[in-house]
Amino acid sequence: MSNSPFQTARFRIIAAIFWFGMSVVQAMVLQLYGFTLRMSVLDSAVSNILLAGCSVLIAVTFQYYNPQKNRYVYIAGLVITLTIVWLFTSRSILMILVDANDYNEFFSTSITLRFVFGMLVLGCMALVSVLWHTIQDQQEIENRKTETQKLSKEAELFKLRQQLQPHFLFNSLNSINALITVQPQQARKMIQQLSDFFRGTLKNEEHQWVSLEQEMQHLNLYLEIEKVRFGHRLQTEVLNEADATIKIPSLLLQPVVENAIKFGLYDTTADIVITIRAWQQNNDLKVEVTNPFDPETSASNKGTGFGLSSVQRRLYLLFSRNDLVQTSSQQNYFITTITIPQ
Amino acid sequence: MIKAVIIDDEPLARALVKEYLQHYTQIEVVQECNDGFEGVKAINQHQPSLIFLDIQMPKINGFEMLELLENPPAVIFTTAFDEYALNAFEAHAVDYLLKPFSKERFDKAMEKFLDTTSVHQQKENTEKLVNNMGESALQAGRVVVKTGGKIRIIPISTIDYLEAADDYVKIISHGECFLKKRTMSFFEKSLPKDQFIRTHRSYIINIHQITRIDPYEKDGHVAVLRSGVKIPVSKSGYSVLREVLGL
Repeated sequence: MSNSPFQTARFRIIAAIFWFGMSVVQAMVLQLYGFTLRMSVLDSAVSNILLAGCSVLIAVTFQYYNPQKNRYVYIAGLVITLTIVWLFTSRSILMILVDANDYNEFFSTSITLRFVFGMLVLGCMALVSVLWHTIQDQQEIENRKTETQKLSKEAELFKLRQQLQPHFLFNSLNSINALITVQPQQARKMIQQLSDFFRGTLKNEEHQWVSLEQEMQHLNLYLEIEKVRFGHRLQTEVLNEADATIKIPSLLLQPVVENAIKFGLYDTTADIVITIRAWQQNNDLKVEVTNPFDPETSASNKGTGFGLSSVQRRLYLLFSRNDLVQTSSQQNYFITTITIPQ
Repeated sequence: MIKAVIIDDEPLARALVKEYLQHYTQIEVVQECNDGFEGVKAINQHQPSLIFLDIQMPKINGFEMLELLENPPAVIFTTAFDEYALNAFEAHAVDYLLKPFSKERFDKAMEKFLDTTSVHQQKENTEKLVNNMGESALQAGRVVVKTGGKIRIIPISTIDYLEAADDYVKIISHGECFLKKRTMSFFEKSLPKDQFIRTHRSYIINIHQITRIDPYEKDGHVAVLRSGVKIPVSKSGYSVLREVLGL
C-alpha cells in the first residue's frame, strides 16, 4: 500500500503535466504583459517550483498526520501559513535574480492574485491527500472486516465438523454393519450407545459445566464404542476418586481420551490399556490420562498433541491460565494431566 | 482359487469384508492382518492377487505399507477417510470403499477387480499407484524403509543427506544408510524445500546438518556436514544453497 498519493506512478505523471502546463501558461501571460523572456521564465519557474515543493511537503505531512473529523481548521491554517511562506520566499529569490524596478512593482500589485492562486493549489493538494488517506483507511477496515468474517466462519465450520467426528462416526457405523448379521443384539446396543453419545455432544453447550459423574458417563459411552471397534486391543481402566458432585466443563475429557486412544493404538501394535484417573488436590480437580506410546517413532508423529491444543485453548479461555494441560512421558507411557480449578 | 488378504486394524471391519466375500467361491481369504507389518509379512508369504487395505492403521499407514512391497497386488482401499485425496489414486487402485459401505457397493468393486483384463494389468496399476503416492507419507514427516527384513520408520528431520544409487536412493540418517526404490527427483519434489536442497545431481542435503561450505577445486564447492561428511555442491546447487541460507 502506498503511503502518499505521490508514491503512485499515475499521480506523479498527472502532477508533472499539471506543473509543466501551469509554468508555461504563466510564462506566456507574463510575456504578454511586456516582460522580457528571461524575466517571465524566471518568475514562472521560481514560483511554480517552490509551489510544487510546498505541495510535496503537504503530502508528506499528511502521511504522518491524519486530521480527525472537524479539524479542518488546522488544515486551512496549514495551507494559509504555507502560502504565505511560499509567497515570501519566491519574492525574496526573485528580487535577487531579477533586479528591475517595473518588475518589483508588478510583483507587489499581483501579490493578491498570487496569494489566492497559491492557496487554491495547496488547498487542493491538502484535500487530495486527506481524501486519499480516508479511502485507504476505509479499504483497510473493509479488508480486515472480510478477513475476520472469513476466520470466524472457518472456525464455526471446524467446530461443527469436530462435533460430528466423521471418522469415529463412519467407523462405528461400519462396525454396526458388521455386527448386524452375527450379533444383532450387540448391534442394537451399539446403535443406542452411539445415539446417546451424539445426543450428549449436541446437547451440551461448550460453556456449560456438568458434574464429573455426568462427564464420566458420557466418556464411558465413547469408550464402550471404541472397545467394540478395536476389540481386545483396547482396554480401559477408570479410577474416580473425586466427589461425584464436583463440576467440570462439559465435553472436556473426551478429546483428551480420544487423543490418548489414537496415540496409543496407532503408535504401537500391541494391546493397550488406557488409564483415566480423577482426584482432588487442594482446590483443584485433577484428571490424568495415561496411554502407552513408542518414544522412538513418536518424534515423527505430528498428531501427538493436536487434540490437546483445543483443550488447552478452552481452559485458557475459562481460566486465563496456560498451565492447566501438562504432558509428560515415563518410559513407554505418555501421561496427560488436566487441572480444573474449582 | 484367487488369494486375498484383508488388512484392517478393526476386527469387525475385517469380519464385514469376509462376510461380503462369502458368495465369491473363487476367492479365498488366506490371512487377516491387524497392521501394516503383518500385512507385509502375509503378502510376501502368500503372494495374494488382491488385498483389502485400510489406510489409518498402527505404526505405518496403508500407503506406506504398499511402498514396502516388491510385487504389490491389486488393491481395494476400505477406509472412513476421504481426506487422503483419494481421487488421485482412483485411477490406479481397483477401487476404494468408503466405510460404511453396502454389499452392492462392495460387489461393484469386486466386479471391477474380476473384470480387469489381466493380472499383469492390475500389477501395473498398483505400481503406478505406488509411484503416484508416497508424497502423502512424506508429508506426515517420515520415510518408511525396509532393511534386512525389518521395517524402519525414519523421521525426515533425522535425515542427514540422500545420495543417488542407480535405481535406488540412499538415505543417510544418524550415520545409518537405508535404500529406497525411488528417484532423486521424487525426493527433491516431496521433501520440504526449506529444509532439503538438491546441491548436486546425485545429492540432496538437509541444510540443518551443514556446518560450513568450502571452496573445492576450480569453481566447485563442498558442504561439510556435522558428521564430517563432505558433499559435492554443483554450480547451480551452490546458488540455490546461497539463496536458501541467505548468504
